[in-house]
Amino acid sequence: MRYTLRVWRQTGPDARGRLVEYAVDGVTPDMSFLELLDVLNERLLLDGDEPVAFDHDCREGICGMCGLVIDGVAHGPEKATTTCQLHMRHFDPAVPIVVEPWRAAPFPVVRDLVVDRSALDRVIEAGGYISAPAGAAPDAHAVPVPKPAADTAFDAAACIGCGACVAACPNGSAMLFTAAKVTHLGLLPQGQPERHSRAADMLRTQDELGFGGCTQTGACTAVCPKGIPLDTIARLNHDVLAAALRSPR
Amino acid sequence: MAVTGGVLLLYVVAHMAGNLKVFAGADSIDGYGRFLREFLAPVLGHSGFLWVVRAVLLLAVVLHMTAAIQLARRARKARPTGYAHRARVPGGYAARTMRWGGVIIALFVVYHVLDLTAGVLNPHGVEGAIHDNVVADFRHWYVVLAYTVAVVALGFHLRHGVWSALRSLGMGSARRAAAVQAAALGVAVLITAGFLSVPYAVLFGFVR
Ligand code: HEM
Ligand code: SF4
Ligand code: FES
Repeated sequence: MRYTLRVWRQTGPDARGRLVEYAVDGVTPDMSFLELLDVLNERLLLDGDEPVAFDHDCREGICGMCGLVIDGVAHGPEKATTTCQLHMRHFDPAVPIVVEPWRAAPFPVVRDLVVDRSALDRVIEAGGYISAPAGAAPDAHAVPVPKPAADTAFDAAACIGCGACVAACPNGSAMLFTAAKVTHLGLLPQGQPERHSRAADMLRTQDELGFGGCTQTGACTAVCPKGIPLDTIARLNHDVLAAALRSPR
Repeated sequence: MAVTGGVLLLYVVAHMAGNLKVFAGADSIDGYGRFLREFLAPVLGHSGFLWVVRAVLLLAVVLHMTAAIQLARRARKARPTGYAHRARVPGGYAARTMRWGGVIIALFVVYHVLDLTAGVLNPHGVEGAIHDNVVADFRHWYVVLAYTVAVVALGFHLRHGVWSALRSLGMGSARRAAAVQAAALGVAVLITAGFLSVPYAVLFGFVR
């Protein structure tokens, strides 16, 4: 099958980019979207052109490295699916596909479809951890964790930090990402000592990095490959408010 | 945003409930207007209470708009380069229309105060004759239309606003999500229906 792609090409962070049209032949329905780009790149290399730069690593939907805005939707049209797990059978060969990088001021374009998402690491550094004395691993049953808390924390921990929530948010907010971490750690006993300061610090850092403010549009959850629910944001707000009320700093 | 919105919501609920006095006859609503002017008059002077309420409302509106403008500007700064291919924004209609809906409601309030409070845009426009002013207004289909647009916009604004405000205040995580959802929808429907009952009752001749 032949597909037509319109791909964002940009030679460097400060260069002007533009959409370039390519026809890609020999695509099969069970190829992933990244394999489609592989096919394109092989041809570009043979023709002596620059291949399209794009991020990826595991190609099995767990590392969070891949991420493209496909026809205006982060990670493309399939629900709860990363770009690497998105297959060509979901696309009509007759319709050109537009491929763009994540668009957000804190995610500058490095080249073509690759953006620098280190801003999310800065948010984690602000509180996405627990402070515990390192030593021998404690016994697994030393700290009891209620089953519902464990389940909800585990679901929130499924966030792979891909940044699709930011890419999709009309406000360019990283709220769902931050809320996933705050929910994950704030529900577990080990996360309690820093629970409220964590939420406040991570949110403040996120704002300082230039992410937008959350207005709860729900666009993030709609594209999240891990189905992180919007409820996590209510929990984040709860902890931020508690931080403001309890410890006037 | 949530706090100032809450103040405005309280006002809108009280105002909607007060308007229903139109159905109890001219004396009832006009008397209610006099009552609001005389309320706490020994302490605050004639209309003093009303001016306190107006001051609180104005402050709430200004802060509410300031917060909205800040959010919009941050959003624009957070995405200097837009997408070439724009998909329909997922998320509800109400969520997508918060900013323009807010502008429509603000413009309406200006017109509305000139109409029914100041009387200058009212076909009857006699101070204190609230019932007659209201009836003179809503005999005209175009006035009813303007009020309908504004009230429906307010309904959508509240539908997302109440929901979002409760969640900004930390409610609605998993367990209470359904309750918060229902509360927002209930408030929006109640306010919309309550406000619209008056113009349509006049238009169709139930209140004359
Ligand atoms: C069909 C719907 C409505 C009717 C029939 C109505 C009726 C009235 C009347 C008769 C007054 C003047 C009261 C007086 O002179 O004592 C008034 C004032 C006012 N109304 Fe409405 N109203 C409606 C909807 C709304 C809505 C949707 C809002 C705001 C979102 C609103 C906000 C106000 C404000 C701010 C004032 C001025 C209060 C003051 O400064 O004294 N109204 N309304
Ligand atoms: S919340 Fe979802 S969309 Fe956002 S970074 Fe985590 S996995 Fe990606
Ligand atoms: S490449 Fe690892 S999640 Fe897609």
